[in-house]
Amino acid sequence: MSTSLEIVRLTVNGDLRTAGVPPHWTLLETLRYAMGLTGSKQGCDKGDCGACTVLVDGEPTLSCITPVWEAEGHRVTTVEGLAGPDGPHPVQDAFDRYGAGQCGFCTPGVLCSAAALLERTPTPSRREVKEALAGNLCRCTGYTKILDAVVDAGRVLAERTSGSGEASHG
Amino acid sequence: MAEKAQSDFTIVGTRQRKVDGLAKAMGRARYTDDIALPDMLHGKILRSPHPHARILSIDTSAAEALEGVHAVVTGREMAVPYGVIPWTPDEYPLCVDRVRYIGDGVAAVAAIDEDTANEALRRIRVEYEELPPVFDPFEALESKGGDDAPYLHEPRKPGWNGNITKVVKLEFGDLEEGFRGSDVIVEHDFLFEGTTHAPIEPHCAIGLWEADPPGRHEGVAFSEGSGGPGDTEAILRRSRGMEPKDQSDRGDLDGEGQLPPPAGQLTVWSSTQVPHYLHRELSRVLGLDPARVRVIQPPVGGAFGGKSEPFDLEFCVGLLAMKAGRPVKILYTREEVFYSHRGRHPFHMKYRVGATRDGRLTAVDAHTVLDGGAYASFGLVTTYYSGQLLTAPYQMPAYRFDSTRVYTNKPACGPKRGHGSVQPRFAFEVQLDRIAHELRIDPIELRRRNFMGSDTRTVNELRVTSNGFLECLDAVEEASGWRERFRTLPFGRGLGVAGSTYISGTNYPIYPNDMPQSAVQIQIDRSGRVAVFSGASEIGQGTDSMVAYLAAEELGVPLEYVRVMAGDTDFTPVDLGAYSSRVTFMLGNACLEAARKLKAKVREAVADHWECPAGQVLLAGGWALHAPDTGRKMPIREAFVLAESRFGTLGAVGSYNTPKDVHGDYRGGTIGASPAYSFTAHVAEVDVDVETGQVRVDRIWVAHDCGRALNPVLVEGQMEGSAYMGFGEAIMEEQVYKDADHGRAGLHNAPSLLDYRIPTSLDTPELTSLIVESIDPEGPYGAKEAGEGPLHPAIPAIANAIFDAVGVRIDRLPFSPPRVWRALEDARAGGELAKPAAPNDIRTKSEL
Repeated sequence: MSTSLEIVRLTVNGDLRTAGVPPHWTLLETLRYAMGLTGSKQGCDKGDCGACTVLVDGEPTLSCITPVWEAEGHRVTTVEGLAGPDGPHPVQDAFDRYGAGQCGFCTPGVLCSAAALLERTPTPSRREVKEALAGNLCRCTGYTKILDAVVDAGRVLAERTSGSGEASHG
Repeated sequence: MAEKAQSDFTIVGTRQRKVDGLAKAMGRARYTDDIALPDMLHGKILRSPHPHARILSIDTSAAEALEGVHAVVTGREMAVPYGVIPWTPDEYPLCVDRVRYIGDGVAAVAAIDEDTANEALRRIRVEYEELPPVFDPFEALESKGGDDAPYLHEPRKPGWNGNITKVVKLEFGDLEEGFRGSDVIVEHDFLFEGTTHAPIEPHCAIGLWEADPPGRHEGVAFSEGSGGPGDTEAILRRSRGMEPKDQSDRGDLDGEGQLPPPAGQLTVWSSTQVPHYLHRELSRVLGLDPARVRVIQPPVGGAFGGKSEPFDLEFCVGLLAMKAGRPVKILYTREEVFYSHRGRHPFHMKYRVGATRDGRLTAVDAHTVLDGGAYASFGLVTTYYSGQLLTAPYQMPAYRFDSTRVYTNKPACGPKRGHGSVQPRFAFEVQLDRIAHELRIDPIELRRRNFMGSDTRTVNELRVTSNGFLECLDAVEEASGWRERFRTLPFGRGLGVAGSTYISGTNYPIYPNDMPQSAVQIQIDRSGRVAVFSGASEIGQGTDSMVAYLAAEELGVPLEYVRVMAGDTDFTPVDLGAYSSRVTFMLGNACLEAARKLKAKVREAVADHWECPAGQVLLAGGWALHAPDTGRKMPIREAFVLAESRFGTLGAVGSYNTPKDVHGDYRGGTIGASPAYSFTAHVAEVDVDVETGQVRVDRIWVAHDCGRALNPVLVEGQMEGSAYMGFGEAIMEEQVYKDADHGRAGLHNAPSLLDYRIPTSLDTPELTSLIVESIDPEGPYGAKEAGEGPLHPAIPAIANAIFDAVGVRIDRLPFSPPRVWRALEDARAGGELAKPAAPNDIRTKSEL
């Protein structure tokens, strides 16, 4: 027994990529097992935990319940694609400074949700961060340091855009 | 260890990044399921649909015949009983002749992809003879065995009840006299429902059998259909290497230059928190020389006790890889994680507690039935912990506990964060709150009055050294505005307090031995780089970072000069694992020992160069400095060059073993003994909706005595994560199973992360961490544990806050809306739904 494969073409982190996958595969399976992008995680395989969250055209999307074909023709961004030419995305750096990742397994999904939030709400309140991350389960941190980190990343981004100061890497 | 002031440190005690923080944030950390080996097969495990049944036969031929299937294994091929506790080996990697819960593994396959593996499972025919299951622990206790109600396990002695794992009865002090001298006695029943760990990473393991040609050869032969237990035997016999090889086994090796084929080596990557115990059990169960087994523990995506013993998938990937001659990966589905469980035991508890009228404890009497599920797991220890760990931070003149762990046809329970002591702490701290209320004493004041002090022994003779519990109480009292707000918030809102203690590791390892509990090897060289080889298990708690901070501090290098390699049994020294909050204390001390050996050499070499006493050479912040004149300095790299020139290649090992004379001389007296104890106090603030029964926890203040905070960021993270987890158990989590009226009896009620509700960012209270440092005399730089202790008071603090809010006691977890609503309705009917009376001695700020 073997599963026949079909060719899928995806734009992931700016690259057009091609892979042969079983037709029932999800976006997550394709990213992880066909393209070697293992940053996005599988925690539950049914859209409950949010560890698989990636951005599709900038919107947080549960890649474990997204058939890969639905992502064709769209822009997919994974945790590996959040960093820019200047280094880590401010929210990635803030996670590191605040100890917002412990085991780190929910982290990629949380970061994708947080990056999308910061895109539409550059300086979110704590409450807005809580709401934006309500679909990402974290079992280690009690969310406290995650909220601190995302709020601070907003501050860093604001300073960058206003040019009022250097980004803090303290 | 001399006490050092914070100003003596450059790294320790300051807020630092973690060594693996950015790799995790960038998506670069490679967890077990992120590893793909060439030619790797996909494994799956067939699980029992019955809660209790005999296996009459298993026919795997149709699965083996399926194209793409490379190996099938059943329990008979690994029929060696194991158990993480050597005294209770009562399970097999796959069931041999009996299944004991829905989800028990019976066979495993390895195939070219997941679809083929699933199809192969469907083709395995298992013939079962169903047996009457038992789900209720009290029914299991009353069972007489026999065909109508067969025991889950063979009684260990004739006439014993085969449904009992362990009974522990211990008494300290004079209980009767204690109760006779009591002015108030409270006695109530409590039920702590089981909960599970729910790490976000499901268990995953990969097996690799390297044997070329023998393993490969026979593996291929096996998959071609000549399979069966006999062939597995042959592979194992040829590959074990435990005994000298039979000459006839060597074939024609008489010629010049001929050598016997190399014996195989098994490597298992696993998301485990106990690589060493896994190493031992793989070797024992698969019959392999331990020198031929390697366990690699990649970063683990959460564990909380749920990955602290060997699991079926780890044995299965090993044997499947040996049979197939190709690497095999098994990744649990989320359902399998819920069924594998080993989580918090349901405890049925009765607590009788007495006190004098001024609130001093006189006697504590506890009766507990632990619902253990199908196997022993850590249950022997859990049974002891259910009583042994209650005896601090309060002085108890007399104490008795009587605990019985029972087998039932449900997934086995085991250790979850705060192993065995979270449940009794709930019951006991609620009883303290009742006593305080009856006596109209402020519950914080009542706890202060019973404080045991430091450098003392508990009633069950455990040695307690540093103890910052009073400072913890002071911190939460102050931060929460307790004096102004307790009993004075409007009806529906309340504050509650609770305290606790926990071990910093266990003094005795799981299997008796005199070897170190933890060890570190450090290499330094002319590049300035410090390489730390750590046996310990990084599971998110920050172990790798912790040793890096200590090594950098001692050797005076910047943090980024330190590399940590951990969790590989071939290349790192033995550490017993990430459990019982042992790692900071034990690995930290081991690391300091290794680092100090090297530091002495570096200082000596620099002192020779400067022609000064070695004692005048400081290593700090990337420099070697001359203490009397710190303007005289050299980069640390040059200091290492001097040392390497003088002493040759620089390496050192350090190890730690526990003190062995710090417990009572009675059977079981060693269990609960720890080199140091942490202490915690919580105040929780709740809002109870009296119409719906919904309890909202708005805030938890956590004060924790961690000895010394090596990195406050990580300590706070542990405190917040603990408080969060306790909050979840208090309000929403329960690992429960269906009964026959609600579906298939024994089926998990909610095996998904949607239905088994764990708190989201919106549910979780605001958590405020207040670090207390008591500087332990034996901890590394004075540090103690922070990973488990801070969970304990969350649950009783919330229970006590509910009482402050609405005057209602609920002694059964979780405090979910239906249960709270029912309690509120009962209180309303009895006219008791009201703010409770204030203590007589509560002092407002203006009175102080």
